[in-house]
Amino acid sequence: MANVTLRNVRKTYTGGFEAIKGVNVDVADGQFCVLVGPSGCGKSTLLRMVAGLETVTGGEIDIGGRVVNQVEPADRDIAMVFQNYALYPHMSVFNNMAYGLRNRGMKEAEVKTRVDEAARVLELTPMLERKPRQLSGGQRQRVAMGRAIVRQPKVFLFDEPLSNLDAKLRIAMRVEIRKLQRRLNTTSIYVTHDQLEAMTLADILVVMNGGQVEQVGNPLAIYEKPATTFVASFIGAPPMNLMSTRIDEIKSQLGAGEAGILGIRPEDFVITEQTPAGGVALPLTVEAIERVGAETFVYGSRAQDEQRVAATPGELPPGEVIVRIPGSEAPPIGQKIRVAAVRNKLHLFSGDGRTRIEA
Amino acid sequence: MVEEEGFRRYVAHAILWIGIAIVAFPVYIAIVASTQDNALIANGQMSLLPGGHFFEVYYQTIFVGTSGSTREPVGNMMLNSLVMALAIAIGKIAISIISAYAIVYFRFPFRMPIFWIIFITLMLPVEVRIYPTYKIVADLHMLDSYAGLALPLIASATATLLFRQFFMTVPDELLEASRIDGAGPLRFFWDTLLPLSRTNMAALFVILFILGWNQYLWPLLITTRDDMQTIQVGIRKMITTTDALTEWPIVMATAVLAMLPPVFVVVAMQKLFVRGLVETEK
Repeated sequence: MANVTLRNVRKTYTGGFEAIKGVNVDVADGQFCVLVGPSGCGKSTLLRMVAGLETVTGGEIDIGGRVVNQVEPADRDIAMVFQNYALYPHMSVFNNMAYGLRNRGMKEAEVKTRVDEAARVLELTPMLERKPRQLSGGQRQRVAMGRAIVRQPKVFLFDEPLSNLDAKLRIAMRVEIRKLQRRLNTTSIYVTHDQLEAMTLADILVVMNGGQVEQVGNPLAIYEKPATTFVASFIGAPPMNLMSTRIDEIKSQLGAGEAGILGIRPEDFVITEQTPAGGVALPLTVEAIERVGAETFVYGSRAQDEQRVAATPGELPPGEVIVRIPGSEAPPIGQKIRVAAVRNKLHLFSGDGRTRIEA
Repeated sequence: MVEEEGFRRYVAHAILWIGIAIVAFPVYIAIVASTQDNALIANGQMSLLPGGHFFEVYYQTIFVGTSGSTREPVGNMMLNSLVMALAIAIGKIAISIISAYAIVYFRFPFRMPIFWIIFITLMLPVEVRIYPTYKIVADLHMLDSYAGLALPLIASATATLLFRQFFMTVPDELLEASRIDGAGPLRFFWDTLLPLSRTNMAALFVILFILGWNQYLWPLLITTRDDMQTIQVGIRKMITTTDALTEWPIVMATAVLAMLPPVFVVVAMQKLFVRGLVETEK
């Protein structure tokens, strides 16, 4: 059991490319930390630095009160689950799980007890003698998990462990990973690009972009109060609607003087003719409808266009607004509607999108 | 593949049979000749059916040799050839798998120049560098020895390149998982890389064993003693006789015996060999 602390961690590759630009994260003992961000944001690099597979060019990585910058991966007391599982193809499931234990000189009886216990927990007992290629994707994933848990390490590291599974299995394994982690109460760091996975798994969520941490915190707190427009559009699906406060109609309603960005989540809009006090109302023309059963997404365009406000992933085209309404009743395409959001559902950011303005 | 129907299939099979006949007939003649009386062959009256001297001819070939002055039992020649072929095949695989491991998995100064030097030796087969190689072997007093027969042929660029290509297809995560599992470089090599290379090693072994077995020029140069002769050199020596008839049954028996070990190796390792050539185990 251990906490993991990253102090101003940096990674600069020879050639000058700065992959990690000074990251500070503190994961308490037993917490489940999720690193999330778009591809290329440095989240995997950061995880591999914690594992010891990448060198640290600046700052300190501290596992359980010991700075491990110069410690070999095997001696850091961590276990890692890889995206492609990295099972040894020529070894049976049992040997895959036992390998790390035997390398540490553990007695064969103890090895067997631990592997059998892990196999029982992961429901792998009937497959212990099989080779990885005789297993399905989900089973391989469980073997990879088993290889991590038999070691009883201080920290679990997960590098996008579910992205090779199909959608249904991914949800099932997500729940299993969470249950397992709760039971073992082992500090975990989990990398994913899937914001839904991140939201559901994390005790502590780290949103990364361009080698930097955009925001750290409880997932719901981040959802409710995103610190930057990047976080606002990355966390939550469909993404938050972002628009410039310089648009006439918004300016007149908000009374905000300086240039800024207004964000409203699709689910915070209601179709109504009234304008709530202090809130914002927008006239829209319905462009497209997506029905998913329990809810419906209405894509509307605003009357007048404007400049693009910030280049962030998942951002909507300028002038487009997504509205999420419950049920499957929706206005017909082409109809003019009016949507409104109440004051405390509005998110205000500075003009460059880097700072949240508390109203 | 769709099964060919009727007539076309018969034509295809007929062509294949003709091919087999063309390849197999000389082998059949050799076997038949090795069971005949030499006088019959010398008179040009050789029958196309096996004669009755099978045991007598093969006994003499293996344990006695020809009746000429440089007689040497073929059994001994086969032993020499076998030692040389095995040493070359095993030595090449061992050397090249280790050098490929170094080149793929380690970062050391002059890594790429060393790789290119290995690569360039592809252009320098034994025939090209035969004088300097002979000189070195002679200076090291390795003439007429197994070491002299095998060592100069062991360093191999082709096998190194083959293993290098294979190692580069092994996912990096396997190495990383091994590192986390507490396996050092030697353990990773021994526990993971070697078992994964099994089929590649088998395929190489077949090719290299046959290559070693069929060496002619190099053994001819460096062996002077009759008891160090390899079988390929021995056959040639048997044919040219100065003062007597060539003992064709014995020559043919030797040829048949010379065919057996490669055939055995191919048959025994065929399954692994084919897997090594076509399969990429993941």
